[in-house]
Amino acid sequence: MNGIARTAGTVPGKPPESTEAQETMLGAGSRLNGDSIFRWLVTTAGIGVLLLLGGIILVMISGGMKAFETFGPSFFTTSIWNPVTQHFGALAPVFGTIVTSLIGLVVAVPLAFGAAFWLTQMAPARISFAVGMAVQLLAAVPSIIFGMWGFFVIVPLIARYVQPTLHHWFGHVPVVDALVAGAPFGTGLMTGGLILAVMIMPFVTAVMCDVFTSIPAVLKESGFGLGATRWEVMRNVILPWSRSAVVGSVVLGMGRAMGETMAVTFVIGNANKIGWSLFAPGNTIASLIALEFPESPAGSVKLSALMALGAILMAMSFVALAISRVLLGVSGKKEGR
Amino acid sequence: MTRPNETHRPSQAVAVDGWKVNSSLAMRRRLMDRLATVLSISATAVALIALGSILFTLIIRGAGGLSLITFTHSTASPGLNGGLANAIVGSLIQTAVSILIGAPIGMMCGIYLADYGRGWMASTTRFVSDMLLSAPSILIGLFIYELVVVPTGQFSGLAGSLALAILALPIVVRTTEDMLRLVPVSLREAGIGLGASKWRVILFICLRAARTGVLTGVLLAVARVAGETAPLLFTSLGNLDWSVSLTRPMASLPVTIYQYAGSAFDDWVQLAWTGALLVTVGVLIINILVRVGFGRKGA
Repeated sequence: MNGIARTAGTVPGKPPESTEAQETMLGAGSRLNGDSIFRWLVTTAGIGVLLLLGGIILVMISGGMKAFETFGPSFFTTSIWNPVTQHFGALAPVFGTIVTSLIGLVVAVPLAFGAAFWLTQMAPARISFAVGMAVQLLAAVPSIIFGMWGFFVIVPLIARYVQPTLHHWFGHVPVVDALVAGAPFGTGLMTGGLILAVMIMPFVTAVMCDVFTSIPAVLKESGFGLGATRWEVMRNVILPWSRSAVVGSVVLGMGRAMGETMAVTFVIGNANKIGWSLFAPGNTIASLIALEFPESPAGSVKLSALMALGAILMAMSFVALAISRVLLGVSGKKEGR
Repeated sequence: MTRPNETHRPSQAVAVDGWKVNSSLAMRRRLMDRLATVLSISATAVALIALGSILFTLIIRGAGGLSLITFTHSTASPGLNGGLANAIVGSLIQTAVSILIGAPIGMMCGIYLADYGRGWMASTTRFVSDMLLSAPSILIGLFIYELVVVPTGQFSGLAGSLALAILALPIVVRTTEDMLRLVPVSLREAGIGLGASKWRVILFICLRAARTGVLTGVLLAVARVAGETAPLLFTSLGNLDWSVSLTRPMASLPVTIYQYAGSAFDDWVQLAWTGALLVTVGVLIINILVRVGFGRKGA
């Protein structure tokens, strides 16, 4: 607009068609400009997100380089974590991360499946909405709150009731007694796994609900039409139809569980060892980083070891997340949030 | 499945009575169905009990510390009547700054994915954004620590905000893209038909039509970052004194909770519970508002 006014004002003698031509040219020019600037802006934002992930990967690996160089491959195979002798190994926290995540999955997946089954196939719509929302609110509770709850509510429960009971029953059974051995602290791998189960269950439930509701009604109806019960429809129609997405939701839960920090830090017990007992204090990668970071000065081997652990955690969780992404994408489903 | 005594029954009886037939097969099917029903109701109940137990614990232990002092005094040494004022304000500042940084970039990236992105670049960006959505937050903290804290030589509120912004980003990206895709094509066509340029159509027509959904994403991002602890441990560190400077270490509710929850002093533990109650209530209220107010189920 200004351009036109200026042109018209400064060059009064020009013939009208020329002004018109100039106007369209100017208009087209500025439109092109606005569009290309905007396109450039949003594309930069998109590439920025790409670079962000690349940056995180680079920073982790370069930060951990010193530890990888100092300890070589033995970094992955030793379970020593000794700040005095400056000797660090990743095996114990990696072990703890995998064990707690697996315990979390074993507990959470059946619960999530049951909840999704009830919410999508059985509950009346209104109740399903309210209960479904409550389950999702559980997912919104901050990690640290789960940690405090676990520390003050679950840990005493385990120490006072669960562990003595298990010890009483299985303390003399060969093989199993090793799993329940140890003093009843209440903290440990099992407690961490249970807290993780409560935390990831809502995520897995949300994805499963999405998957189960997206099945074409015709398939279910033909199942019911043949006289199948709800369980039989779930078992023989819905589950086979959505198998890859269900597996994807489970792997997503695994990916989430491995990276959980604060909740696990409160209840894991912080002991750097590997053993058979599920009730012995342990460590996960994330909890070790959170606990040891304050005593790791910048530039030290210890900090580098923590970064190297971060790189391992990143590799583990990104592989899990990528697998879940692919599995969920196969059936065209969207991951729940 | 089929047994002789069942095939002998008149087919009509099977059709009418269905699974109520008194054969062992029907009994077993009924039992399985009942069992599956009971188990799935119990599974749902476990989640509700966990949520109830968390809220109950928070209220029982945290409500006692809700007094004016908690909101007006900064954290102090044990026995000196400390409050949470610096932590509350620090949390508000860092959350606000992180959203101010993360939301616009997230929206632009969402616009890119919805309107401009084509081919492998766009699908890779979408993939990466989804990975960031579930990435361990502690890694984001380490990343910012190496990138900002080490070069500048000190922990700062700004570093904390940057870490939180990275966590907020993918949530906004996802909702913006989803919401823009829901805008009817006819609206775009109308805009372009009136001679508006593409960026005007996107910003002033599509984004305006999708503003409720985009706002939902931003609010969910607020709820997510407000309770984050792990990344702040390495970035804004926490501060026991009153400080609103973004270039100095800054207190935040979650970090203060973390520091106080394990302490041996009763009044610190009390403050930790009160802080936990405040954070949880805030986060849950935002979530309820988003889900009920905007009628978005699940997500």
